[in-house]
Amino acid sequence: MSDIEALPRSYVTEDGTLNSWLLTTDHKRIALLYFASITAFFFLGGAAAALMRLHLISPAGAIVSHETYNRLFTMHGVVMVWFFLVPAVPVTLGNFFVPLVLGARDLAFPKLNLLSWYLFMAGGLVVLWSLFWGGLDTGWTFYTPLASRYTSGYVVLAVVGIFLSGFSSIATGVNFIVTIHRLRAPGLTWYRLPVFIWSLYSTSIIYVLGTPVLAITLMLLAFERLFGVGVFDSTLGGDPLLFQHMFWFYSHPAVYIMILPGFGVISEIIPAFSRKTLFGYKFVVWSSVAIAVISFFVWGHHMFVAGQSLYSAIVFSLLSYLVAVPSAIKVFNWLGTLHKGWIRFDAPMLYALGFIGLFTIGGLTGLFVAALAADVHLTQTYFVVAHFHYIMVGGMVTAFFAGLHYWWPKITGRMYPEMWGRMGAAVIFFGFNLTFFPQFLLGYLGMTRRYASYAPEFQVLNVLSSAGSVILAAGYLMPLGYLTWSLFRGERAPDNPWNATGLEWKTRSPPPKENFVSIPTVTGAPYNYPHPAAQHG
Amino acid sequence: MADLAAPAAQAEFQYSSAEHQADTAIAGMWLFLASEMLFFGGLVLVWLLLHRAHPTGFAIAAAHANLLIGSINTALLLTASFAYALGVLAVRQGRVERVVPACLLTAALGVLFLGLKGLEWKLDLDEGLFPGAGFGLHGPDQGGAELFYSFYWVATALHGVHMVIGVALVSWIAWRARRREFSRSYNTPVEVVGLYWSFVDLAWIAMYTLIYVAGRA
Repeated sequence: MSDIEALPRSYVTEDGTLNSWLLTTDHKRIALLYFASITAFFFLGGAAAALMRLHLISPAGAIVSHETYNRLFTMHGVVMVWFFLVPAVPVTLGNFFVPLVLGARDLAFPKLNLLSWYLFMAGGLVVLWSLFWGGLDTGWTFYTPLASRYTSGYVVLAVVGIFLSGFSSIATGVNFIVTIHRLRAPGLTWYRLPVFIWSLYSTSIIYVLGTPVLAITLMLLAFERLFGVGVFDSTLGGDPLLFQHMFWFYSHPAVYIMILPGFGVISEIIPAFSRKTLFGYKFVVWSSVAIAVISFFVWGHHMFVAGQSLYSAIVFSLLSYLVAVPSAIKVFNWLGTLHKGWIRFDAPMLYALGFIGLFTIGGLTGLFVAALAADVHLTQTYFVVAHFHYIMVGGMVTAFFAGLHYWWPKITGRMYPEMWGRMGAAVIFFGFNLTFFPQFLLGYLGMTRRYASYAPEFQVLNVLSSAGSVILAAGYLMPLGYLTWSLFRGERAPDNPWNATGLEWKTRSPPPKENFVSIPTVTGAPYNYPHPAAQHG
Repeated sequence: MADLAAPAAQAEFQYSSAEHQADTAIAGMWLFLASEMLFFGGLVLVWLLLHRAHPTGFAIAAAHANLLIGSINTALLLTASFAYALGVLAVRQGRVERVVPACLLTAALGVLFLGLKGLEWKLDLDEGLFPGAGFGLHGPDQGGAELFYSFYWVATALHGVHMVIGVALVSWIAWRARRREFSRSYNTPVEVVGLYWSFVDLAWIAMYTLIYVAGRA
């Protein structure tokens, strides 16, 4: 690494002025703007979580007051859900790679794309204002009547922020769906599309059809809080449960917003590092679409003990089991791809394999909480916390890192340091399990979530979990360090360091401003990986 | 929606032709309207559920809604959509000069709608129809009546915001038509704004039914 090779002309070097970044309509630059923003939100939400884990070292609570603890978990939830997990992969990797994978020069509506970033930032800053000045303590769910009547936090302000970021999601969703329909390269038929595109298509459907329901629900909540009247207030004849129904009508599909793009990333990486075509391509494709559709009909499983009728609870329970089918199809197809593959353990693959393991645990424990009787015991406990963190963090955040490493050479034109990448994947995997596996046990034993203190007999497992969170935090700081280092000092990346298929690898690293010198033509199915033995023979 | 402002002859660089770009813009608007449909759909759901829970309170409240102004406003909006549709038809036939008066008529009717809506809001406030401490309707079904008016204010205010945006968009089309930016071959913005305007019209028809008609029956 004595001499650092300079980057060739590309979208990064085209024009260096501040305005050329802040007013850019280039999807690749907008993706980088989003990368910077969501990284900041990720570490902010992570800091809140770290403080909580630190606090829970002792049964009485070690460092903060009960009020502060409530604010910490609210901040953690609001920031992580709406300003990291929901946008994360689509607005960064999606924004960067949807046009490249489609063989297009940009998204269909580049100015709308830039607008979505400004809406996102405006929403994010308003929410931060409400969190730091008002001290929001409702949890990320804003349940009524706590949020509408009793809390003193800045609920209306927070709701305005989430409303704005919701329109940013809708803009992104519209842009992706229209782009995928209208801007595919010649020969790129639907069944030749990489699964990454299909998964973002499914995600975008939820963005477009789910987010507006959240928007109107939050608007009614704000109206109720501002004027002291409204539809969710039982003293007026309104119905607090109606809020939960409408909230989860969006927020359960939003869970799949958070995981579907991860499925897409993993479906790119597993074939590339197994040197095999994706096993059961059409099943993987249609299971993404099936998850998006079914996700709209399972929201009631968040309300098993909230007072809905037994019959609807049974129906919601059965429908929730149904989601497990397409999810399992995906896992088995990834395993089928690995089977008899020529597997390479580069960092993206290590993250991807970690994803499969953690997502499987998260998915299987989802069946426990989808079962009516078991959920009565497990609801509101750390079992639920552990379950959805295995999906959201073990699954989605790991998939995000997998994709980030996989595409890093294309985005930046530099290789990340491979050894550090592998160590990062290992540390994160270990730290994650140590943090969250004890929480399954805690929840099963009956430790309730959202409390700043707990019974002394839970201390050993809590200390284990807190120790894990320190390792996990170190694990997340590692990529921040070595990826930043590689931006300046990394080895020059070739155009296709993984010998991967996919149109994004057919252009330079980093790509030129217009993506392709000439638009490529597609002649075959994706994941056409020749067997390495055949190459040499 | 500023993407639609691309010059007529030349498509943006990700499109193969101007027609390609035009069709794409129209598809984008349809998708946005699907999103809007669920936005207003959430409100309609709230009306249906609360109406079921409080039929008498809703009936009492709906009887106080101003049917006359509501009906005049419905007529105004339907006429405005008709005028705009004539403009779309004209530009498709290449008679671009007719777009400006069509848009101005549409925008004027929209402003008239908003004026009447403002008047109606004032009359409502005078009658004490804003839910909360000073609510004017009393009796055992007051709760249901207040819920009706919670819906009423949120729904009409939201629709009003959509109307303001619609009037601004239609005026923008008039301004561009005056500058001769549209032709028989290039009229996508006219069409896209027309889709939006028609949606706002449709949303009003749903509101009109729920607020002024259904509750009285």
